[in-house]
Amino acid sequence: MQTYDLEADGLRGLNAALQSQSQTTNETAWEVINPRGSHAIAVGLDAPIEVTVKGSTGYYCGGMNAQATVNVHGSVGPGVAENMMSGTVVVEGDASQYAGATGHGGLLVIKGNASSRCGISMKGIDIVVQGNIGHMSAFMAQAGNLVVCGDAGDALGDSIYEARLFVRGSVKSLGADCTEKEMRPEHIAILADLLERAGVDAKPEEFRRYGSARTLYNFDIDNAY
Amino acid sequence: MCGIVGLFLKDKSLEPRLGEMLTEMLITMSDRGPDSAGIAVYASGEAGQGKLTLQAADPGLFEGLDTELSEALGAPVSLRIKDTHAVITLPEAQMAEARAIVKRLRPDTRVMSAGEIIEIYKETGLPGDVAKRFDIPHLTGSHGIGHTRMATESAVTTLGAHPFSTGADQCLVHNGSLSNHNSLRRKLARQGVTVETENDTEVAAAYLTWKMQEGQSLGEALESGLDDLDGFYTFVVGTKDGFGVVRDPIACKPAVMAETDQYVAFGSEYRALVNLPGIEDARVWEPEPATVYFWKH
Repeated sequence: MQTYDLEADGLRGLNAALQSQSQTTNETAWEVINPRGSHAIAVGLDAPIEVTVKGSTGYYCGGMNAQATVNVHGSVGPGVAENMMSGTVVVEGDASQYAGATGHGGLLVIKGNASSRCGISMKGIDIVVQGNIGHMSAFMAQAGNLVVCGDAGDALGDSIYEARLFVRGSVKSLGADCTEKEMRPEHIAILADLLERAGVDAKPEEFRRYGSARTLYNFDIDNAY
Repeated sequence: MCGIVGLFLKDKSLEPRLGEMLTEMLITMSDRGPDSAGIAVYASGEAGQGKLTLQAADPGLFEGLDTELSEALGAPVSLRIKDTHAVITLPEAQMAEARAIVKRLRPDTRVMSAGEIIEIYKETGLPGDVAKRFDIPHLTGSHGIGHTRMATESAVTTLGAHPFSTGADQCLVHNGSLSNHNSLRRKLARQGVTVETENDTEVAAAYLTWKMQEGQSLGEALESGLDDLDGFYTFVVGTKDGFGVVRDPIACKPAVMAETDQYVAFGSEYRALVNLPGIEDARVWEPEPATVYFWKH
């Protein structure tokens, strides 16, 4: 286990050390202490390592992650795991706005609540939120799965292309072109797998599925001003 | 981008440390606003006395002002100079009269704030330098609000710095930009409310003052603002005994709050709060969009 004191040794040193790990590194376990809300902690990783951040972080924690597992023992600021490619980011607390934005792959688990724009423009990432999510979540979502065990705020899935949105609680309102869809056996299977991988004890049957009504795909003269 | 910090103390034993804690929070937010910085502090005053904070590009203008003002008012006046600012203490009942006299005696000074207990200090430059110039760490008080500015809507000047005060013991700081400030400025002018600068935030402050003059509470005025102010904003406001927060419905300007038995704290980022006592066990949350939060002593 490598322990890195962020306050004493600085952010550049941390990210340089983590980014330089090879595919076959023996230094697979890292612990970051004294994060004190700093931005861009453990970003751009591309090795099968496990990083534990002991405290709350600022913007973009775990951004652009590939392969690595990042655990945050605290809450995270805006843009956690933004543009993640693969790997796993787990947040024990809450997440601020645009969690998992534009993510291409990997799994983002938020054990508390996520605020507005969670999963905005998601492109294949899987996001599991155990609490609630804020307004405009999954805005322009293109691919991937967003699972919400609590409630969703206003305008869920506004202008969504594709992507599956599973919500167990209430949805305050659906955004343009987002609609409720049938839960078929294949969706139950996808959801069961996601819940299991996220370590969430919830029944897939309790969720409802939302997705694109696909009416914004083509130009429609009735939509013109 | 701008940075906002705020502290509303519930525990009186922390009051001597208000300036020190706010300064630390303010300096942490330097990255968000290196152009100018300002702070409003609510420090207890003597009964029946009011405070007028003045600013002058040339502090030499303050020389002899206390004697001249005292003679004109026929009442005792004290003056405390801090760099480009001066805090004048005078009988509260004569505040309006004093403002008119100061305007005549020293037309090149500007009123930063007026009220029973509020003091506002603001200047261009890095937040740490501004705090040092005004000796902010040694200020005591029950609550205070600070701002670090990255200018977007108007020039980097002392008068364009936040906080803005448009009513007795009121102040407002803003992160964001208002898109209907020109039409609102004209609307307020028709109601007899004057706005001194080209800055969008001052219009919001004047709007809230106007609503409160019309009989609304600060909380109600902030609710009205959700309908009438168009644009992006996270506002933090102060009154003589209150502290409020509101974000626009889109809520893209960041905000984090923390509350313990000792205080309520606001920061644009969690970083600003990490040195507060007991932060590890504080309730930390992100204020909801279009929701008014308000605390009162």
